Amino acid sequence: MRILKCSEVSELASQALDRKLGWRERFGLYMHLLLCKPCVQFRRQISFLRRAASTLPEDHSPRPDAKLAPSARDRIRTRLGSDPH
Amino acid sequence: MPRVISGASVREITGPDPATWLDEHGDALYAFALLRVRDASLAEDLVQDSLLAGLRSLDRFRGESSERTWLIGILKHKIVDHLRGSGRTVNVEQDLAELEAEDAAYFDETGHWRGQIGEWADPERSLEREQFWQALHECIRRLPENLGTLFVLREVDGLDTGALMNALNISSENNVWVMLSRARQRLRRCLETSWFKL
Repeated sequence: MRILKCSEVSELASQALDRKLGWRERFGLYMHLLLCKPCVQFRRQISFLRRAASTLPEDHSPRPDAKLAPSARDRIRTRLGSDPH
Repeated sequence: MPRVISGASVREITGPDPATWLDEHGDALYAFALLRVRDASLAEDLVQDSLLAGLRSLDRFRGESSERTWLIGILKHKIVDHLRGSGRTVNVEQDLAELEAEDAAYFDETGHWRGQIGEWADPERSLEREQFWQALHECIRRLPENLGTLFVLREVDGLDTGALMNALNISSENNVWVMLSRARQRLRRCLETSWFKL
């Protein structure tokens, strides 16, 4: 079993967020992480990315470009009003 | 609760008041759609379609969730239907080839990291800062469209691999995983430079 490269480890670290790694993969990953600080950081950072993204819906900070334009609002209002529901 | 006597039946009007939906939920629905489909007028159409669908199925709303959650649920389905039906098969092979050139810059020829992977100072704190969320949104927006949509569907909406393959017409699990990996690489790099300033 050879030592994995950082390029392979970063791929595995990411895939671990989406599927179960096989035991060989896990072994290679953890052996590499014992020796490689950058990859440890990378793994932490993409975990943080997951945490941030999952919190995204709770963020209600205003984003001016993510509001319905008044013209769109009017158009939708008209359409809703005329719908024979 | 007001009661409306209509014909031979008495219908009790409970919580949902559709007249307020556009005002109360319009922007939230729009922002939700925009993050996933990017195109403004498409997002507007999806909001309209979702509100219409909500109006038509009002009798099926049992109040087990909030109005907004319910409407978002309708919107989620509309978005997936659009992604599936838009006729575009995610041409993953082509996408990956295009990404490879840029992504190869992350590693040197021996597969080691090119440049530093610095430590991010107190990332959890960032979640409390409004500007962080702007930065994250901007970084997501900068991803190639397919990667961005895939990332959001996975990380924000929690779709599993099978659901992702279905939503984006991706033919193999491995392609999903590789694309997510590319998205994460790029997002990480983007946040590192634009937010953590490393």
